[in-house]
Amino acid sequence: MSYGMRSFLPKSDAMKILLLAVLIMVVFPLSMDIFRLNLVGKYLSYAFVALGLVLCWGYGGILSLGQGVFFGLGGYCMAMFLKLEASTPEATAIQSTPGIPDFMDWNQLTALPWFWEPFHSLSFTVAAIIIVPVIFAFIISVAMFKRRVGGVYFAIITQAIAAILTILIIGQQGYTGGVNGITDLRTLKGWDIRTDEAKYILYFFCCIMLIGCLFVAQYVRKSKLGRLLVAMRDKEDRVRFSGYDVSNFKIFVFCLAAAFSAIGGAMFTLQVGFMSPTFVGIVPSIEMVIFCAVGGRLSIFGAIYGTLVVNWAKTTFSESFPELWLFGLGALFIGVVLAFPQGLAGLYTTWIEPRLSQWFKSLRSARPPMPSTTADSRS
Amino acid sequence: MLSNILSSTLKKTMLALSASLILAPAVTQAADVNSTGLAVTDDTVTVGILHSITGTMAISETGSVQAEKLAIKQINDMGGVLGRKIEYIQEDGASDWPTFAEKAKKLLVNDKVAAVFGCWTSASRKAVLPVFEQYNGMLYYPTFYEGLEQSPNVIYTGQEATQQILEGIDWAAETKGAKKFYLLGSDYIWPRTSNKIARKHIDKLGLKVVGEEYYPLGHTQFNSVINKIKLKKPDVVFISVVGGSNVAFYKQLKAAGIDMTKEKPLFLTISVTEDEILGIGGENIEGIYASMKYFQSLPNENNKEFVKAFKDMWGKDIVIGDVTQAAYLGPWLWKAAVEAAGSFDVDKVREASPGIELTTAPEGYVRIHKNHHLWSKTRIGVAQTDGQYKVVYESPELIEPDPFPEGYQ
Repeated sequence: MSYGMRSFLPKSDAMKILLLAVLIMVVFPLSMDIFRLNLVGKYLSYAFVALGLVLCWGYGGILSLGQGVFFGLGGYCMAMFLKLEASTPEATAIQSTPGIPDFMDWNQLTALPWFWEPFHSLSFTVAAIIIVPVIFAFIISVAMFKRRVGGVYFAIITQAIAAILTILIIGQQGYTGGVNGITDLRTLKGWDIRTDEAKYILYFFCCIMLIGCLFVAQYVRKSKLGRLLVAMRDKEDRVRFSGYDVSNFKIFVFCLAAAFSAIGGAMFTLQVGFMSPTFVGIVPSIEMVIFCAVGGRLSIFGAIYGTLVVNWAKTTFSESFPELWLFGLGALFIGVVLAFPQGLAGLYTTWIEPRLSQWFKSLRSARPPMPSTTADSRS
Repeated sequence: MLSNILSSTLKKTMLALSASLILAPAVTQAADVNSTGLAVTDDTVTVGILHSITGTMAISETGSVQAEKLAIKQINDMGGVLGRKIEYIQEDGASDWPTFAEKAKKLLVNDKVAAVFGCWTSASRKAVLPVFEQYNGMLYYPTFYEGLEQSPNVIYTGQEATQQILEGIDWAAETKGAKKFYLLGSDYIWPRTSNKIARKHIDKLGLKVVGEEYYPLGHTQFNSVINKIKLKKPDVVFISVVGGSNVAFYKQLKAAGIDMTKEKPLFLTISVTEDEILGIGGENIEGIYASMKYFQSLPNENNKEFVKAFKDMWGKDIVIGDVTQAAYLGPWLWKAAVEAAGSFDVDKVREASPGIELTTAPEGYVRIHKNHHLWSKTRIGVAQTDGQYKVVYESPELIEPDPFPEGYQ
């Protein structure tokens, strides 16, 4: 039991999770006003996607350029629920058909479409946030991996799916809000999500969900499944010839990454207060891969820090240099990729970790030695 | 000696007294004109400019940014607002609606700006609207748009749909004897709403719509619709195609052998300003008509001065379109409202806004309606090879803004 626990969560990883938790749940809320904290909350909702990508791409070798699809589906499910709640007949009395979302009225719909109906229920919505994207991911991945489509072909197909879904959402504006997205979301079961207090609560909820997902990712990574994923990434045929059905593992990890993304999407909608097709398309999907690459695609912690750093840079650059910020951001990416191909996590393992352990050793040698603390320093 | 001293003290006191008497009404204390903690000091007031200067919308929104900066500079040269120089914080919406919302919140919550001049697309306005309503900010929105909205936190300096459409169709029916219309637009809320209004109005006049079609944003293949137009022979093609699609559409029209100057059919657009013609090329679009409220070629004195100042600041080759002029009105309308209210407080500015008029507007004269839109004239222009419109018609009266038109929904 104790061995199992230690192999699932070695001390160094437990420290890293603790450090992250302290940073996002104590340091940030104490040092920032609610406006900045809300922005960090938004960044953290992207971190769910980056976390999924570490498992799927870093470990499994499956590069998906369409994670925005799942982020968007999760976000849209949440937004549909909130929009229905905001569209009471009283609040929409000015419309030709009161009681339906405003964009439907603008598009001459006179009744709520059937697939919107179940989103009156919060429990259905919460289930749909996970289930809809996972079923979608399952269909895609079964269709692809059972036919042994992989590598760059898979990346291109996911990108095409992202493009298709964007066009679908924009085209069907009567049902989806089109290019405007679903805006002006106000309350969750009567609870105003726009107040400062609600923003704090949602931020902490987002942090807790993220750390929960981090544990799941850590479990997958340290389990036999995680080792199989790495084996598959490095030599797929060898795993197949050893008697494993490679495609099932790929399907699983792809669906898991989709579920993470969907949770992120729902958290995004709650904290930002709207959802739009700009998060579904190709550009945001690639951006999310960049977060993961900057953080280090082999490190679940790196992905989260990478997301925070890139988004923080994006906000800061664009506030200070509104005309030049994109160049600054581009320089950051090129710099990171050239200087640290393993991302921020690589920087940590090659430069900081050895020094830290050196320092710990010197501390320890000053005192009587403690047995077996550095048994597992792999990350 | 004593009397000397006395008289000099007396003089000083008198001087100080009279000075304070003269100065007091001129520069009121910051607290008096700003009871809600906005970014106002004794000699400055901060406002926000929020447009896309990167991404796909940058090409359209740059003109608005330039116009707003020009207006702010001119206001400062005249002594500012309530004796305070305007300083601006510019943020980039990056053609991305959530970014607009984020930056709007930053301007209102972090920077506490007294007003924001910004947004262009309806999508970006819809994204920032809840932010402005929640934090009680004031947005001056320059673009002609679909209407169906009237926020207490927005002053709409462009036209809502009926102001552009009804007059245009009446003009085509009366002066050109048009009977059959073909409606064509990009596929999003503005063209769809505009065509809905156009269709109802055409029905009311007892005329006929022979076709209605939408293409996705960025679409570039218009051959099939051009063939349909040739087949159905409408008298007027009423166009609300936006952005880059326009370049393809007019070039393909010309390539298909349709001479737009022959007016068979007549092309009437509500979306191509001088800015778009720069991309399309004057020779490709000569002869089409546009229904707008402003053209760069308007011959009045206000406009001549405006065009000259604009070119002095931003270069002689620059063109000025309808939205650019509407953006230029923003800071001036805000200044007038602030001065009428005697305060920067958003609530007081809002209260003072209806009825504010601008006799120096490049388009001539505008006045804020109590529904927060502008009374303004509608004009029809015909495109020339040099990329300018020649004004052929001007509505005799100001057109009343009506964002929720009865009988058109």
